[in-house]
Amino acid sequence: MNSDTLIEIDHVTFGYDPSRTILDDISLRFARGKVTAILGGSGCGKTTLLRLIGGMAAASRGKLMFDGELINARDRAKLLVQRRRMGMLFQFGALFTDLTVFDNVAFPLREHSGLSESMIRDIVLMKLHAVGLRGAADLRIAEVSGGMSRRIALARAIALDPELIMYDEPFAGLDLISMGVAANLIRTLGDATGATSLVVSHDVPECMAISDHVILLANGGRIVAQGTPAELMASADAETRQFVRGEPDGPVKFHYPARPLTEDFGVDEIEVVA
Amino acid sequence: MNADVAVAAVGARTLRVLRSFGRAALFFADLVLHIPGALRRFGLVVRQIHAIGNLSLLIIMASGLAVGFVLALQMYYALVTYGATESLGLIVNLSLVRELGPVVTALLFAGRAGTSLTAEIGLMKAGEQLSAMEMMAVDPRSRVLAPRFIGGVISMPLLALLFSAVGILGAYVVGVLLIGLDSGNFWSLMQSRVDVWRDVGNGVAKSFAFGIVCTAVALYQGYETEATPEGVAYATTRTVVVSSLSVLAIDFMLTALMFSTP
Repeated sequence: MNSDTLIEIDHVTFGYDPSRTILDDISLRFARGKVTAILGGSGCGKTTLLRLIGGMAAASRGKLMFDGELINARDRAKLLVQRRRMGMLFQFGALFTDLTVFDNVAFPLREHSGLSESMIRDIVLMKLHAVGLRGAADLRIAEVSGGMSRRIALARAIALDPELIMYDEPFAGLDLISMGVAANLIRTLGDATGATSLVVSHDVPECMAISDHVILLANGGRIVAQGTPAELMASADAETRQFVRGEPDGPVKFHYPARPLTEDFGVDEIEVVA
Repeated sequence: MNADVAVAAVGARTLRVLRSFGRAALFFADLVLHIPGALRRFGLVVRQIHAIGNLSLLIIMASGLAVGFVLALQMYYALVTYGATESLGLIVNLSLVRELGPVVTALLFAGRAGTSLTAEIGLMKAGEQLSAMEMMAVDPRSRVLAPRFIGGVISMPLLALLFSAVGILGAYVVGVLLIGLDSGNFWSLMQSRVDVWRDVGNGVAKSFAFGIVCTAVALYQGYETEATPEGVAYATTRTVVVSSLSVLAIDFMLTALMFSTP
């Protein structure tokens, strides 16, 4: 691994049960300090990939390296040390509902930093300021909107200035303004802190706008294409074109595999009008 | 062929049950191992004692009072036949501190605090809060589970003692104030015949065991729940069923052990 690579995924295969493979022999490298988007339809293993990098699940074959060190989901002590260098934004924020906005962001600092309460206060307010929510510090989680909770979770994820920030569907369920704000934040935070950002999403335009590198995953965890946003947009490959343009039918079928229509409707012949 | 399938089904089911026992045992061992970590965050334990113990006080004391009333009435009707009504206080006391206090408190605890623990942990899991904690390099077992476990284990005996104490006061109200039994008899027999270690102590030991079982079951069900609304609902129901049956089974065994000599 060279020093430009923060994460290396080497021939990794994974399935939650042996009969269903989610990721199939994939190899990837994530460059240090860059924003990499992992795009793909629902259920193609994008979030699973983040879970493997975070050590929340163990690969059935292959290995994952974080800054030259093996990520081993079974070596808890080492994993805890590695996780202190990672931040993760969960799909719906995963904020602690019994704590205030301030306490949520202060949580990792209080657990790990050993700083005084007055320093923690300053850091929390700075992080909240970075996501535009310094004024919301005293609100309860029940009082904030979906877009705000995503930003609070982002402030919490960057509280310890991680080297790697993983975003799981950061744009899901957001209105256009919040989506633009979130996309802008991912880019500016990455640039300002020098952290490596991995964005898992199926929102093509936002990811294309903010990423340095894009990886397109298909069902079964197969890598369809990767490259710069411009390269993917200009790709002649049918599957890549279908995904980046959002076409309903193509190499990725609209219909879930089913018995023939004639069999299901009990007739000899059916004429399907396009 | 059918026989093969049936045998395989029985085998698979047995393995599933055994595996779930194994998982529960490992979970419990893990919980116990994380107690020191939780004790270092004593503020969290205190908050849980408040949530599990203090907030259960109303239902525990109201039930204790009602049980005391009814027990005194029933015992009076039975004792008056034999002219032994002066033993009312003693009988009510022994029934409460040895048996009803710990058992009824544990059943109420499973319904009130157990279900709330299961639902809380289950929803934290469904909302990815536990995963988020793990990703922040904080072990949810020492931050979330163990403080609740200690809170439950400390609260249960205290609640059971309060249940018994309020029950005895209820019996006093019915027996002495309403029926008109002699107040001196009511208290003095109790004082001379109830042994602090044998009766009260064993009752407390029982409720301590129930506290361990009820809290561990509630936390396990919440932690292992499927992260869906149906999953949480099912886990909550299972908490009540498993805790209640375990309490009754353990009560029988402990009673046989503790009170085997007259």
